[in-house]
Amino acid sequence: MIFTVDNIASMLLGGMAAGMVLFIVSVGLSVTMGLMGFANLAHGAFAMLGGYIVVLVMRHWGVGFALALAISFVLTAAISMVFERLLYSRLYKAGELDQVLFTIGLCFVFIASLTVFVGPENQPLTLPDALRGQLDLGLLQYRTYSIFLIVVGVAIAIGLWFGFERTRFGAQIRAAVDNRRMAESLGINIDRLFAVTFGFGSGMAALGGGLGAEFLGLDPQYALKYLVFFLIVVSVGGLGSIAGVFWASLIIGVLDFVLKKYLPQGGTLFIYALAILLLLWRPQGLFGKPA
Amino acid sequence: MLKRILAASAALAVSTALAGAQEVKVGVVLPYTGIGAEFAQLIDRGMEMYLKLNADKVKPYQIKLIKRDAKNPGGNDARVATQELLTQEKVDVLAGWVYSPNAIASAPVVNAGKKFAVIMNAGTAHITQMSGYYARTSFSMWHAGYAMGEAAAKQLKAKTAVVGYTDFPPGKDSLNAFKRAFEASGGKVIDEIPMGGAGAVPDFTPFFQRAKDKKPDVFFVFVPAGDHAAAVTRTYGALGMRQAGIRLIGPGDITQDTKLQAMGDAAIGLITMHHYHADLPNAENKRFVAEWKKAYGANAVPDFMAVGGYDGMALIMHVAHQLKGKIDGDAAIKAAGTFKFNSPRGPISIDPDTRDIVMNEYLSEVVKGPDGRLMQKVIGQIDNVKDACKAQKIAPCK
Amino acid sequence: MSVTPHMPDHPAALALARRHSLRWWESLPWIAALAFFFAYPNHLGFGTELLIMVLFAISLDLALGYAGIITLGHAAFFGAGAYTVGILAHHGIWNEPLTGLALAALVAAAVGFLSGLVLLRTTGLTFLMLTLCTMLMLEEAANLGHHWTGGFDGLPSLNIPPLFGVFEFNPLIPKTQFLYVLGVLFLCFLFVRMLAYSPFGQGLTGIRENTLRMHAVGAPVRTRLVVCYTISAAIAGIAGGIWAQANAYVNLGTLGLDRAATVLIILVLGGFGRLYGAFVGAVAYMVLAHFLSKIYPTAWQLGLGLLLVVIALFARGGMLGIGEVLMQRLRPKIPPKEPASRPSP
Repeated sequence: MIFTVDNIASMLLGGMAAGMVLFIVSVGLSVTMGLMGFANLAHGAFAMLGGYIVVLVMRHWGVGFALALAISFVLTAAISMVFERLLYSRLYKAGELDQVLFTIGLCFVFIASLTVFVGPENQPLTLPDALRGQLDLGLLQYRTYSIFLIVVGVAIAIGLWFGFERTRFGAQIRAAVDNRRMAESLGINIDRLFAVTFGFGSGMAALGGGLGAEFLGLDPQYALKYLVFFLIVVSVGGLGSIAGVFWASLIIGVLDFVLKKYLPQGGTLFIYALAILLLLWRPQGLFGKPA
Repeated sequence: MLKRILAASAALAVSTALAGAQEVKVGVVLPYTGIGAEFAQLIDRGMEMYLKLNADKVKPYQIKLIKRDAKNPGGNDARVATQELLTQEKVDVLAGWVYSPNAIASAPVVNAGKKFAVIMNAGTAHITQMSGYYARTSFSMWHAGYAMGEAAAKQLKAKTAVVGYTDFPPGKDSLNAFKRAFEASGGKVIDEIPMGGAGAVPDFTPFFQRAKDKKPDVFFVFVPAGDHAAAVTRTYGALGMRQAGIRLIGPGDITQDTKLQAMGDAAIGLITMHHYHADLPNAENKRFVAEWKKAYGANAVPDFMAVGGYDGMALIMHVAHQLKGKIDGDAAIKAAGTFKFNSPRGPISIDPDTRDIVMNEYLSEVVKGPDGRLMQKVIGQIDNVKDACKAQKIAPCK
Repeated sequence: MSVTPHMPDHPAALALARRHSLRWWESLPWIAALAFFFAYPNHLGFGTELLIMVLFAISLDLALGYAGIITLGHAAFFGAGAYTVGILAHHGIWNEPLTGLALAALVAAAVGFLSGLVLLRTTGLTFLMLTLCTMLMLEEAANLGHHWTGGFDGLPSLNIPPLFGVFEFNPLIPKTQFLYVLGVLFLCFLFVRMLAYSPFGQGLTGIRENTLRMHAVGAPVRTRLVVCYTISAAIAGIAGGIWAQANAYVNLGTLGLDRAATVLIILVLGGFGRLYGAFVGAVAYMVLAHFLSKIYPTAWQLGLGLLLVVIALFARGGMLGIGEVLMQRLRPKIPPKEPASRPSP
């Protein structure tokens, strides 16, 4: 029963789809935390903002899902860059606890603002017809949206890997992560690099917020509700490592799926136990460099 | 800051003293922030809607709602709020409670305060037994769960069922209620799946795939209304469980009116048992829904939480009239036992023995209405249902 | 052979010696608490919550402020203490308040010692996430073990007998609870204050400031960290235990991220590593949240969020940090009275 091909395939697909949502939201957090050393607990708030923009733009302007995602990416990136220049940049040299205080405060502000201006209720996202229902893969039928998420997630991972490893901008980021002072003295404009990276990371969070709304829903509590999972993925993957976040998301997504299906009595116990074991085994993360 | 607020509340106390016995102060304990904020808003609006639509019945009393944020299901904020409403605001009546743990945590304070308290949502069956001053105008999980168990076996002719439930007390209540009635009527529950906690919405896919593998006739699901419910229907549709011949059934939480349109066509064919939905065909409900849309916009709909607040207010007014505005806790509980009301959910009353609500349960199916919107069609009705947990003295309802 | 002259009247020696002595303003929090008791008898429920939060924040200050252990899972110990009291009382095993607190401290210390032994090998984000996951795992375990813990509903209506067999715990007018908590807070505070100024406390500060150097001078760094973490856990356990007694119930909220994050915010807001940050932060945060949520039940988080943002942006070291800066500005600049002949090392 367990070891039939379509059962294993469906578990892999379901777990990968869940993992991809984690990956898309968390990858920005990993890069900003790795690059800037900033404990940005407001990352979930930017994902939430992005999700809201997707929903509101689709509802009020009548634009399609894909365009709404693009608009959300750009808007969220722009807004977050304003935040970065005006507020975050003042705290780069502060202790991480001041950063935590600041970003938690920011979360409260986002949560309260959305509650007051949009409402406390969950915002439903209507997917285009093409992404609903089931897709025939030959071997088995599976949820179309899950397969769409896997495709998008893998494409984003490849795109990011290419941008990170093969472009000049990526090389600058890697240089700054490795040795900020040296990068600065080589003439890399760190301020600009930080602002752009931060904007890009928040934009990715916005994409994740929009793409993940089908699974995770969207309401003002989003900012804090899922933060723990994003942080687990980032720390298990290793700070600043795109491959690390990708594989951590996949492992956690798939294992969580299998455990939920066969041991639902365990609740969320296993996912935390798994994170603890992985972190004790490799404290610097799966792909992190040893300190 | 503190001084100014204290001065303000002192001024308030003076003004109430001048207003005399005509004013009834109702302390409201609801989660105005956090994951339950949406529910608080619905109940709030339900209460205010009653005051608006029944101005003639409210006279000569003036209702003053004093709202306090219960914040989260943690219990202690609700408890402190309850205590302060009693000691600082000297309220005549307490009302609210979305989360069961909050009602449980507040019970000793309610007991010590000796004030009438109306539960407007929290559904764990035995809560009303924790304080003799609690009366409930919402529901117990057993109302819908037990009735659904019978209907699934008799009306839907199901032989086997899988139960999926959110793993917290209302979920377990729902599971026990359904299972007892379904198996007593000749059915068999072949699997029970706890589907995560009440906090964050999980990805329901693994749980639903497990249920699909078991191939039951019906899949009974209880999840809290709100985000959970919308995700359930989407997952059910996306996994092709209908095509596999599995019917999704549950209490009305999974077809909450405020979420129904967002579920899309996947919701068509869902069968629920509940005491209220916005499409009930009675005249009282038609007026209620029309006024709701007038007040809160054409797309707004009331739901069972709103009705819990509406009927709760009706109960408070009934008690106020009976006692001529002097709402002593013990007298109020006696007066509540004589409450009979034509609610948007049909005729309701309070059982004087258990202080819990007696109401009709409706078996409904989601269909596409003539205007293309989803609606719920009543396909069965059971009159005057009492909380089966207390009626049959099942632990912990002794 | 030159001998370092013994200089008891040296300004530095005097300053160092004076550092430990009680100052007049240290009596203020206690006077204020007693004044609160008489002035606002209707607010004692809130007052009790506030005092327990101060005690919890002090326990965190010992770990975070003095030893530099940044944890996001401190509610694990609070919850361990609360559930110890709750489970013992609910199942009719033990319910006497004072000994109950001692047991709560013991259980929480055991949890702290075992988790500290394993987790304190790591630092930074990894340690933060490990403490967080451990706490969440305990919370889920408490949720699943509902036969013992009552699960999501918690253990309601605990039977706590009168304090010293005399003073009843009244749920509506919690006078006994307030004074009981105040007394326990006072004793715990004295202990922490003594500890912070002891050689052990100074050693912790050394580890916080420069772990490598402490290793180099041969200090038993990990042992000290684990000991500190265990003591901190025990005090958090007392806070949790007394919370369960004062409220006569326990539920999952005692173990949750909400509580762990709130206590961290309170401590950072007030200023950590200063003993009194816990008082200032708890009063500022809880009074603001309490009254804002009364006036604007739906939007109070906005005000609170803005406060945190502003403090983080414009003050280093929290609200006490602002106080220190102001004091330095106000104080007339006196040139340091150092013997001119002593060259700096």
